[in-house]
Amino acid sequence: MSSKNWPLWEIFVRSKNGLEHRHFGSLHAADAEMALENARDVYTRRNEGVSIWVVESKHITASNPENNGELFEPAQDKVYRHPTFYDVPDDVKHM
Amino acid sequence: MSEEQIKSLERHFNERIANDEKIEPKDWMPEKYRKTHIRQISQHAHSEIVGMLPEGNWITRAPSLRRKVALLAKVQDEAGHGLYLYSACETLGVSRDELYEQLHTGKAKYSSIFNYPALTWADMGAIGWLVDGAAIINQVPLCNTSYGPYARAMIRVCKEESFHQRQGFEIMLKLCNGTPEQKEMAQDALNRWWWPSLMMLGPTDDKSVHTEQSMKWKLKRKTNDELRQQFIDQTVPQADVLGLTVPDKDLKWNEERQSYDFGEIDWEEFWQVVKGHGPMNKERMKARVGAWERGEWVREAAMAHAEKKQKRKEKQAV
Repeated sequence: MSSKNWPLWEIFVRSKNGLEHRHFGSLHAADAEMALENARDVYTRRNEGVSIWVVESKHITASNPENNGELFEPAQDKVYRHPTFYDVPDDVKHM
Repeated sequence: MSEEQIKSLERHFNERIANDEKIEPKDWMPEKYRKTHIRQISQHAHSEIVGMLPEGNWITRAPSLRRKVALLAKVQDEAGHGLYLYSACETLGVSRDELYEQLHTGKAKYSSIFNYPALTWADMGAIGWLVDGAAIINQVPLCNTSYGPYARAMIRVCKEESFHQRQGFEIMLKLCNGTPEQKEMAQDALNRWWWPSLMMLGPTDDKSVHTEQSMKWKLKRKTNDELRQQFIDQTVPQADVLGLTVPDKDLKWNEERQSYDFGEIDWEEFWQVVKGHGPMNKERMKARVGAWERGEWVREAAMAHAEKKQKRKEKQAV
C-alpha cells in the first residue's frame, strides 16, 4: 500500500512579477499537475502569488551542513573581493 | 559517535539556540529535540485538522451567504494550516502516513477543546472569538521558535488567524444586538466555551512537564499561566463590549496586579477529556477516520491515473 502514497513536492511561488520564485513549503500530490492545483489552494489563498513552480522533493540535491566548513569558509578570507578592500583618496568621486 | 563528541555537539547546538540562530532540517540536533518537535508540531497539525469538524458541521446551516462564505473560508484555512504544519513536521524525518496513523490510532493527541460539541449557531461565534483567540495567544510566540520550518509555518498561520477571531466576534456582536433570545444564545455559548478555552492554554506551570525544556528550545516563550492571564486580561473587556457575563463568580479586577483574578479551573474535567472521555472524543475520531477511509479509493485512483499519464508520455517520447 505504501508504494501508492502520493509523493512529496516542493513549492516555489513568485509573489509578483519582478521578484524571484521563493520556497513556500511542500505538499503531497499524485502528479505535477495536481501539485500545481493543490499549491494554488494551500499557498495562494490570499493573492500571494502570480506564478508557481513545483518540483518533486526527491529531485532536489542539498548540501550537507556538516560540509559547511569546506564549502563556505574559503570565501571568508577573500576580503579583496569587496570594494572596501581598496584604498582610494576621499576626493576621488563617482567610485 | 562517542559520548564526548555528542556532548560537544550538544553544547554547540544549545549555544546556537541561545544566540537566536535557527535550526534547519539537515542540521545536527539532539534526538530529544527532534522527538519533542515531532510531537508538538504534529499535535498542532492534528488540532487544525480535527478543528475543522465542529465548524464544518455548521457550514450548510449558516444563517446568511455572508456567514457561509466566511465560515467556509475559515475551515479551508484550517485545512491549510494543518498542511503547513504536517510538511514542517515531515522535515524531521517522519512520514505523513505515520503522522496520520498516530492520530487515527489515538497515539497522538490534538487540542482537547475540539472534543466539545458545537450546539448552536452562537457556538460558531464563541469558537472564533475564544478558541481562535486562545490559539493566537499560544501561537504568536511560536513565530520566533528555534526550528526554522515550524517558525515559518507559524508566521503564515498567525497572519491568517486574525480574520478567524474577528469573524467570530462579529457573529457574537450581531447576536448580542439582536432579540433577547439571540443574546441568550450568545451568553449560553460563552458559558459553555469559557472554561474549556482557559484550559486550552495548558496545565498550570507546576503541573506542566514540558515547560522547562521547551523554554530552553524557544518552543515556548511564556509559561502556560502567563499566557492564560494574558488571554483573560484581553478577553474580559471584549465580553464587556458584547454585554455578556463571563461565567466566573470569582472574576474581578486586581488593581495592584493590574490584572484579573479568576476562579479555580476544573482540571479534573480537563484530564478526563484529554484521556478520551470528553463529550465528543469518539465522534471526532469516527468522523476523521471515516473520512480518511472513504477517501482511500480516490487517493488510489489519482495515483493510478498519474502513472497511466506518465507511461503514455514515455511511450510518445520513444
